Amino acid sequence: MKKKRYLGSAFIRLLCGLCASLTAGALALLVGYILLTGVPHLSASLFSPVYTSENVSLLPALFNTLILTLVSLAVAAPLGVGGAIYLAEYAHRQSKLVKAVRLTAETLCGIPSILYGLFGMMVFVLTLRWGYSLLGGGMTLAVMILPLILRTTEEALLSVPDSYREGSFGLGAGKLRTVVRIVLPSAKGGIAAGLILSIGRVVGETAALIYTAGTVADFPDGLMASGRTLAVHMYVLSGEGLHVGEASATAVTLLAIVAGMNALSALLIQKSAKGENHGKNHR
Amino acid sequence: MEKIIVENLNLYYDGAQALKSVNLRIEANRVTALIGPSGCGKSTLLKTLNRMNDLVPGCRMTGRVLLDGQNILEANTDVNQLRKRVGMVFQKPNPFPMSVYDNVAYGPRTHGVRGRARLDDLVERSLRSAAIWDELKDRLHKSAMALSGGQQQRLCMARALAVEPEVLLMDEPTSALDPISTGKIEDLVAQLKQRYTIVMVTHNMQQALRVSDFTSFFLLGEQVETGETERLFSSPQDKRTEDYITGRFG
Repeated sequence: MKKKRYLGSAFIRLLCGLCASLTAGALALLVGYILLTGVPHLSASLFSPVYTSENVSLLPALFNTLILTLVSLAVAAPLGVGGAIYLAEYAHRQSKLVKAVRLTAETLCGIPSILYGLFGMMVFVLTLRWGYSLLGGGMTLAVMILPLILRTTEEALLSVPDSYREGSFGLGAGKLRTVVRIVLPSAKGGIAAGLILSIGRVVGETAALIYTAGTVADFPDGLMASGRTLAVHMYVLSGEGLHVGEASATAVTLLAIVAGMNALSALLIQKSAKGENHGKNHR
Repeated sequence: MEKIIVENLNLYYDGAQALKSVNLRIEANRVTALIGPSGCGKSTLLKTLNRMNDLVPGCRMTGRVLLDGQNILEANTDVNQLRKRVGMVFQKPNPFPMSVYDNVAYGPRTHGVRGRARLDDLVERSLRSAAIWDELKDRLHKSAMALSGGQQQRLCMARALAVEPEVLLMDEPTSALDPISTGKIEDLVAQLKQRYTIVMVTHNMQQALRVSDFTSFFLLGEQVETGETERLFSSPQDKRTEDYITGRFG
């Protein structure tokens, strides 16, 4: 009996270990493949400020990626975080409104991005007559990541124990002070995780952008100009079939950017958590 | 002299009655213990005294609760100001995830106390009042979450004292603590009653006997019997009180 149980636990352990190594292995394989195919094609000319059909520079796309990330976050983050604060802190938690918003947001998180692309094209590109533009693409992406930010932020806020809120109210603090000073600081790790996830989706998006931001490969004149992001750049290059190597090099760049951004945000979270312990930012 | 007078208080949660015409007088600078089995309404009554029940959806009250003669159940009561005057310590220690210093300074800052020197002084005095200054003075800027449960609870008491309340409500403050920490909290309560009026909910009858001057026994939302603690425990006048304190139910 004892022996059998021991064998069982060893088996489970082996199984879990296998699953973990398969997952890690798949990731390593993917990253390895990207690096192997991409790194040999990385060259200084790929980062030249001018895009030509001979030298398919990715610098404009890099710039556009940054712009689109900023535009979509600038629109979606305040709306999403603000909406989540309303749902978690102000609305009646069991109310029909909250449940309906939650269900809708969850559904919206799951639909394919091409639908957001079509929606963006019809609303921003055609109805509002913005044409293919970074603004149109950014707004489309903002609509796309809004439910994601809303849901992750709401989860982060709900995971803050009610005992913190009670403690704050018990000292005579009002709702606003409790939310700003106690709830938000406790939830910021989760909120930041949601934002990082959203950035990941923006940076990796193609389908929603092709029909809203277009595929022009140059630096934009402004937000109303069309422009392609790195992911769209990759998609177009591999589609054309003439610069597959450069597409792989773009993948390497994209990977580096995403890894860099994740590391940066992890650092930021860590830093702010430390600041909290020193008690310097609660004046 | 009475600090708080509860008059004919009825309380309903979504229509279900949790308190039935409760009348109670709470003496100033004394410890009043509320005892009774689970669900008898003692915690509910405690939370009425600083209107924490307002946070419970579907909660409705009738009757009067007078604090220094002022009915705090009136709609125009400034609840935040009330909670400054009537502080609360909860069943489970609930320090905020910030430094020891910021935990204690949170209340004063909420009520507009500014300036390093004033806050430093207030933090030290509050921690001393909660008998935890010596243990924590070298780790004021470390996270409060790293403290032991007993230390956290005394920190929460310091935090409540820092807003200079008149009444301190304690909702089973030692139920999550070990015997040594419990002893420290009880000693503290005995000291604090010189300056504060204390109302304490407890499950532990020995504790009520040890620390309280007056005891009120509750059953099924009714206040059954109230009196000086020793008298209530030695010669209860109501049969139900006797059954409870002799361990026949609850």
